Amino acid sequence: MTGEPLVQLTNISKYFLGVTALEDINFPVRRGEVMCLLGDNGAGKSTLIKILSGVHQQDQGTYWFDGLERRFSSPREAKAHGIATVYQDLSMIPLMSIARNFFLGSEPTRGLGPLRFFDGPTACRVASAELAQIGIKVRDPEQLVGTLSGGERQCVAIARAKYFGAKLLILDEPTSALGVREARRVLRYVRQARDEGLGVVLITHNVNHAYPIGDRFTILGHGHSYGTFSKDEVSREDVLELMAGGEDLSDLGDEFEDE
Amino acid sequence: MASVSPPAPARSAAHPGADDRIRPLGPLQRALRRPDLGALLGVLVSWGLFAAVGGPSFTSASGTAAFLADAAGLGILAATVALLMIGGEFDLSIGSMIGAAGMLLAILITEFAVPSWLAVLVALLFGAGFGVLNGWLVVRTRLPSFIVTLAGLFVLRGLTIALTRWLTGRTQVGGVADAAGDGLVHALFAARVGPFSASVFWWIGITVICAVVLSQTTFGNWLRATGGNQEAARNSGVPITRVKIVAFMLTGLAAALVGVIQVLEAGSADTLRGEMREFEAVIAVVIGGTLLAGGYGSVIGAALGALTFGIVRQGIFFTGVDTDWFRVILGVFLMVAVLVNSWLRTRALKAR
Repeated sequence: MTGEPLVQLTNISKYFLGVTALEDINFPVRRGEVMCLLGDNGAGKSTLIKILSGVHQQDQGTYWFDGLERRFSSPREAKAHGIATVYQDLSMIPLMSIARNFFLGSEPTRGLGPLRFFDGPTACRVASAELAQIGIKVRDPEQLVGTLSGGERQCVAIARAKYFGAKLLILDEPTSALGVREARRVLRYVRQARDEGLGVVLITHNVNHAYPIGDRFTILGHGHSYGTFSKDEVSREDVLELMAGGEDLSDLGDEFEDE
Repeated sequence: MASVSPPAPARSAAHPGADDRIRPLGPLQRALRRPDLGALLGVLVSWGLFAAVGGPSFTSASGTAAFLADAAGLGILAATVALLMIGGEFDLSIGSMIGAAGMLLAILITEFAVPSWLAVLVALLFGAGFGVLNGWLVVRTRLPSFIVTLAGLFVLRGLTIALTRWLTGRTQVGGVADAAGDGLVHALFAARVGPFSASVFWWIGITVICAVVLSQTTFGNWLRATGGNQEAARNSGVPITRVKIVAFMLTGLAAALVGVIQVLEAGSADTLRGEMREFEAVIAVVIGGTLLAGGYGSVIGAALGALTFGIVRQGIFFTGVDTDWFRVILGVFLMVAVLVNSWLRTRALKAR
């Protein structure tokens, strides 16, 4: 990939009531690549993606997105600029229809002024077409999202983000609750989104999911970055160890260097 | 791979999701998935029962008008309570609001000689304003609305009784009809069309508006989302604070309207008007297929639930059975309705 990165975080720090959540983080994401964000619980992954998606704002450092320095004050603003975040359980509403879910927060309307109504037929038509494209067969776009499998829900959430013009796709543990086949289906779709030129940030605990699909890997631990590696620099085993705890590995490195 | 997607075809809106393996749903299957199906059965069964036992006096025009008027007072509330409950909140203060708004109207007209149209406007604004306060408190304190509006139930009722006694020395205020006269206000809120009271038309109108809001507007979509999963709704850009405050405003407004209609029909106000109505409204809404947990429900169902209420309450009267049994029947109805609804919801989530 050539050209400037889609996302460039430089020396980002974030503190909560005096506790350091992130310190001096550098994090690049290019168009058309899957950047895997790895690290143990409490490493700062959530804080980082919340800064990316506008939930939090950094205390120090710069955040470049799509060629400009940004500071998003809300998720809505970040979304409007093309940053879509798909949360594990919090992107779809099970008791609402697929079509209504697909357009939630960006509903198509028809009519004018006080007589402006939700355009149900358009919502159904578009949702059906988009779902058909990714191979999800539904009898009726008005059936409830709760009738879809977990993998299908993740795919619909990604399709929705793409439909609304996402340039950066942030996926928070998209496969953690899924079976093997379902997970594979989601990952295949993630790869398709990457091949279409989207930048993807993938958070996962599963090396078997991260390694085949990841182009680069950034490892966080205790609010620090242990570096960003491209796939030809690290083996699957390296990534596994990094995921088990980047800190241990870097300590190991220091020990070797001391000898 | 579970399903093999065809090599991505050119985007075509003309053939949305065409697939031979999937048959479209028939009208019957669609009907079986509706949340308000149980309530429709409730109406048919209860009407059939009391028509059979109660005879022609129940099925006559005046008998029908009686149970419709009974249902209307509850149905006006239930339509807005359905919206609020689908949005994931409760309003237990509406019963007290009926008494408060009615008393406010009566005192303004009789004690302060305020023109009746202005008094009605003030009473309705008071209801809407108190609803906004409820909504704001719920959003700001993040307490369950059950608690916040339960406090509202007591505070509002207590204030109504205390202030009325302080101002008038009584807990009932009469003479509203004489003071208000027979003008437009009376025609709008207390007139009759044949045997049918004006409240029935208010009920139908409000039900239609609320049903359209729920199913045909962006706001309806936001209500479902807010009640279904608040965090997911927020993530999707739904302004949940505004959604909730508007929903509380509507229940407050509806309660004030019921208070206004009652006072103008009866010609007097009583500080105890509307007691237990908050629970009756919840029961009507739940009979109508709306989930207590929020996110899923039906305004039409709430209207059918209110209708069931009116039929049972008036039906018992017509059959000559001791009306003490009304609450027993109501409680049983509630249990059966909740059981049927949870079964229907499970089906809806399995249907594919």
